[in-house]
Amino acid sequence: MQWEPVIGLEVHVQLSTCSKIFSGASTAFGAEANTQACGIDLALPGTLPVLNENAVAMAVRFGLAINAEIPEYSVFERKNYFYPDLPKGYQTSQMAHPVVGRGEVDITLGDGTIKTVRIHHAHMEEDAGKSLHEDYSGMTGIDLNRAGTPLLEIVSEPDMHSAEEASAYIRAIHAIVTYLGISDGNMAEGSMRCDVNVSLRPKGQEKLGTRAEIKNVNSFRFVERAIAFEIERQSEILEEGGVIVQETRLYNPDLDETRSMRTKEEANDYRYFPCPDLLPLMLDEAYIEHQRSLLPELPSEKRQRFVESLGLSTYDADVLTGSRPLAEYFEAVQKLCGDAKLAANWVQGDLLGRLNRDGLDITQTPVNAEQLGGLLARLQDDTINGKAAKQVFADLWECRGETADEIIETRGLKQVTDTGAIESLCDQVIADNPVQVTQYREASEDKRGKMIGFFVGQVMKASRGTANPPQVNAMLTEKLDALL
Amino acid sequence: MAIEHANVLRAAHLARLGVSDAQAERYVDDLSRILEMVDRLAEIDTEGVAPLSHPLDATQPLRADEVIETDRRDTFQKVAPATADGLYLVPRVVE
Repeated sequence: MQWEPVIGLEVHVQLSTCSKIFSGASTAFGAEANTQACGIDLALPGTLPVLNENAVAMAVRFGLAINAEIPEYSVFERKNYFYPDLPKGYQTSQMAHPVVGRGEVDITLGDGTIKTVRIHHAHMEEDAGKSLHEDYSGMTGIDLNRAGTPLLEIVSEPDMHSAEEASAYIRAIHAIVTYLGISDGNMAEGSMRCDVNVSLRPKGQEKLGTRAEIKNVNSFRFVERAIAFEIERQSEILEEGGVIVQETRLYNPDLDETRSMRTKEEANDYRYFPCPDLLPLMLDEAYIEHQRSLLPELPSEKRQRFVESLGLSTYDADVLTGSRPLAEYFEAVQKLCGDAKLAANWVQGDLLGRLNRDGLDITQTPVNAEQLGGLLARLQDDTINGKAAKQVFADLWECRGETADEIIETRGLKQVTDTGAIESLCDQVIADNPVQVTQYREASEDKRGKMIGFFVGQVMKASRGTANPPQVNAMLTEKLDALL
Repeated sequence: MAIEHANVLRAAHLARLGVSDAQAERYVDDLSRILEMVDRLAEIDTEGVAPLSHPLDATQPLRADEVIETDRRDTFQKVAPATADGLYLVPRVVE
């Protein structure tokens, strides 16, 4: 049987406000335990929540970025459950009236096709604290610094049908929130966490199969691998005529598998109801339009501009708009050297290649955009050739010079374009290699093209890499063909 | 809506309240009377009236995104039954 996977994601994005969603305590990461947990976060009697205007603005901007409806009225509700890292006994969340309604996100797949994933809604809620299960004489330690940190939970429709699509989706969400500057998107620190719903159905069937929910997956790669494992597991069960149990599973990256969390004795009963401590949130047209005016150029718009105005391929445009710092880096380089294709090649090849090799991201690059742009400008105006440019780039990477110009000067890498100088080098190489000249003359025409490479190499060597290769090539072809 | 013994025990369990069988019996009676009163509301014609999420005709005020709280951990932890390394200690929770 052909099975079709159906995948939906709930992505929790930590909003990068300074203070918490309902209190004036700091949200900074890494503070000493409970030093950022105030009376409201601790649920001390008599305290009341007051909503953070910036959390609302960030949620609205996300909604506008995905073309969602922004209802003028939204309501906070209490989701009731008991856990020690949730001191109020309920999480303040939204259900019936979320701040962001239906929207959509475009994802780009490996073959360059663009697919639209519908967003069911996005709602604001508070994060819980952290439980530390190390042994405190048989007790559990609770750190409430994270309690009350604002989250935006983005719920997709089950529109994805492969691990690749799910991974492209979460990358797209990551790009949107980091472009908007509403989250640092740091998955390692938990700023983005993801619950994945996976089910299978016979291909062509409308009705959805029973789903499993994989909780708290915290990296792009794990999302992909957890889904791949889950598809495999479910199809094996179904092939053997078994039934999928609706349950919550956890992905273990070390074993690369999902495992059932202990089945709860009873189904969750969250008893949602409107929070009497918080009034309905009203957003008028003027407010929403003001937030719209604050939107930066979004990844999809940038991608389109890179293709249409800069002439990049959709693949290049997709890679280069993957994150806002990368896109800004590329644009700075492109402006300095005036050649988008050249800038795209160097940023994707040499720069990203080395960053990857050294385990750095774009914000940690040793070669800044001004330096790379300056280097490519010299390549562009023929001051240096491609080989010298690689050398200069390596020097910049190792901080052996401040600017490309300085390195070109001290290393004597200026390209020789003087016809006379190149001509005498060509004559010398032809005179020094009579055997190869004879072979060239006797070769068929289609082979000569390749054989010229030997002579070009010799001339480049003789010029210590400073000759202009196309010029050398043209001159050698002319001289050798004259000998035929 | 009729309320039964089992409903009371379940509600008590969800709220983590210790309710004895005898107490539950009394609550069946009390809660049923409250629900009967609420049921009377259903007799009112609410056609075309949007559900109310708050009794006050007011909207949510917003506060500026500023850190105004200082670290008062020591004060807060004085009333906690058990603490260690700055953490609040609770009976062991097994995942």
